[in-house]
Amino acid sequence: MIHGAPRADLSLGKDLLGLEHLSAQQIELILDTAEPFKEVSERAIKKVPALHGKTIVNLFYEASTRTRISFEFAEKRLSADTVNIAASGSSIEKGESLVDTARNLEAMRIDMVVVRHPASGAPKFLAERIPSNVINAGDGWHEHPTQGLLDLLSIRDKRGTLAGCKVCICGDILHSRVARSNIWGLLKVGAEVAVCGPRSLLPLGIEELGVHVFRRPEEAIEWADVLNVLRLQLERMVAGYIPSLGEYYRVYGITQQRLDRAPKDLLILHPGPMNRGVEIDSKVADGPHSVILHQVTNGIAIRMAILYLLAGGSPRSAQAARPAGEDRA
Amino acid sequence: MKPLLLRGGRVVDPSQDQDGLADLLLLDGKIAGLGASLAAPDGADIIDVSGKVVAPGLVDVHVHLREPGNESAETIATGARAAAAGGFTSVCAMPNTDPVVDNEAAVGFAVKQASAAHGARVFPYGAVSLGQKGEQMAEFAKLIEAGAVAVSDDGHPVASSHLMRTVLEYAQAFGIPVAEHCEDPDLAKRGVMHEGVVSTRLGLKGIPAAAEEIMVARDVSLAELTGGHVHLCHMSTKGCVDIIGRAKDNGINVTAEVTPHHLTLIHDECEGYNTNAKMNPPLREQADVEALCQALKDGTVEMIATDHAPHHYEAKERDFDDAPFGIVGLETALGVCMTALVDGGVLTVPQLIRCMSTNPANAFHLDGGTLAKGKPADVVVFDPTATWTVDPSQFLSKSRNTPYAGRQLVGRVERTIVAGVTVFESGAP
Repeated sequence: MIHGAPRADLSLGKDLLGLEHLSAQQIELILDTAEPFKEVSERAIKKVPALHGKTIVNLFYEASTRTRISFEFAEKRLSADTVNIAASGSSIEKGESLVDTARNLEAMRIDMVVVRHPASGAPKFLAERIPSNVINAGDGWHEHPTQGLLDLLSIRDKRGTLAGCKVCICGDILHSRVARSNIWGLLKVGAEVAVCGPRSLLPLGIEELGVHVFRRPEEAIEWADVLNVLRLQLERMVAGYIPSLGEYYRVYGITQQRLDRAPKDLLILHPGPMNRGVEIDSKVADGPHSVILHQVTNGIAIRMAILYLLAGGSPRSAQAARPAGEDRA
Repeated sequence: MKPLLLRGGRVVDPSQDQDGLADLLLLDGKIAGLGASLAAPDGADIIDVSGKVVAPGLVDVHVHLREPGNESAETIATGARAAAAGGFTSVCAMPNTDPVVDNEAAVGFAVKQASAAHGARVFPYGAVSLGQKGEQMAEFAKLIEAGAVAVSDDGHPVASSHLMRTVLEYAQAFGIPVAEHCEDPDLAKRGVMHEGVVSTRLGLKGIPAAAEEIMVARDVSLAELTGGHVHLCHMSTKGCVDIIGRAKDNGINVTAEVTPHHLTLIHDECEGYNTNAKMNPPLREQADVEALCQALKDGTVEMIATDHAPHHYEAKERDFDDAPFGIVGLETALGVCMTALVDGGVLTVPQLIRCMSTNPANAFHLDGGTLAKGKPADVVVFDPTATWTVDPSQFLSKSRNTPYAGRQLVGRVERTIVAGVTVFESGAP
């Protein structure tokens, strides 16, 4: 499909902290810039020189496999030098503060920090105190902007457009940064957004963000074009938000039987990792309308686009980089 | 000590229904006269205070002075001077220091530090329970003999209803209020701001209004059961106001305070993860602010207290979840209240003085809050029309954690007098 050529006069600024404060144009710029980068990962030699000589630190204060690896692939495919720092086995465990850690890294002359942190707002706090570009790889319950963007890209890939698309986010909205980034991103580009889950897992005042609220998945399925099914964490049961995982599956699980009653085929997304048989049924997860693995693939293109744009790359040369890269390959 | 004659000010003293131009004479640390064209005794200092308000010194029943244990944030001496700079002549210091003020020696230390402070008078609270653990009651008689004026586990609610009941009963022998930080610990657990659309946007754990209201309702029931005096600290919701209003209609022995920040700011201040807007109870919503203002106006809530909570710069310089609760308030309280409440048309100057001096002094049985003859010469002189800009670097407090930095306020303290001695003078070094 053809999307409008990215506008050269737009930029993202220094950091990517969330989608709430981005404009529709900035979001579209990222999605459009990701298009040519998709192809890089399909090559025999998966590398372009765009960030050659840049140093990027992946600073993870929370365990992550998928997001960290996706960022690392994106960085390497752009030829950046990368270092991974995990919360265990480093000075972070010795109580070094977030700012001190970052300032020490700065002293080693880095260019970008990708940060994941359990406290909402921590990437913003960091971004305001260091000159490097900061990319939020997930902060508390606040935002996970790269996940939100790759979800948008996956929906756009399959449906051609996001405007007017009806997307329902299902599950634990209260504790979900993925939900918040999806809500902001989708609303900005003109999609209709709903959330569905037990009221104990929906945050107070969620309606005021401009989303519909469904109490039962049957209503959501009736309404939606797309379901984005969130992971339900076992801790939520222990903390008393739901009685049991079994009961959750019974009432809120996205099953083939529920989807069979839908008036149309629904696109199924899941940010992973999945709890099969809790929030989603294997038949659905592995079925023909699931784009779950496509999301993972798109994650690399989205992260490449963001790294590239924040490093000062112009959207036009990202387009131009494609034939040049092909020549080199 | 020289006699002091404050000449030609607008003397406001709600304890005597006084509001008008008059002279005020202070002699030997006491109020010696109030009237038109008083003669100055030999050797008296005569100060022209025309255009200024002369009122009984402000009384703040809720401050945290951090000594002992966290002297880098505040000491009793710096807190007493900050209080004087804010027009306060008496403050009551909460016992959640390190160690906790739960024994007579700890009260004695606070009294000793206060006596050398050269600022406002500082009256210590004693803890309700040993270590503020909510288990074993502290020895109230010893605390009070050593100088405590009330008891509180502030910072923590008294979670056990049985303990709270017993404390409200036992405290009656001493005629002291039991001040409660109202919060249901389960509902508020790990919350860092008001639960509402802003906490939802920011992805922060909320503290619902109900967490506070449940405890207020419980304490009102226990005050009714026991006849004890419960003092409800820093009320922040409309629901609390409703419960207190009903309690007072039923003659229950309850008093309540509200802070300047809960009267003027709402949860939007937390946007951008501003840790200087993090306090407990949290900043709530506009409807709550309006209800609290109305409650002051109609007397449902009878006093303003700052909950002055100094924190060292480093403590607030971190992510929102990990930053401590609380803001400093002593040096901005009068300006914030004059601007929002008096200029804002909620209260008259006499009504404000009633809430910031007369009522708190009465509720805590402190010798102050009045300009009656023979009473301590504790006086504030302020310019009700002077405007100034909040500059935390000029605070006498050791800490700077205020959400009002850069705000323009109306109403500036000119002079604060404790026992006839000027302890703060605007513009003086």
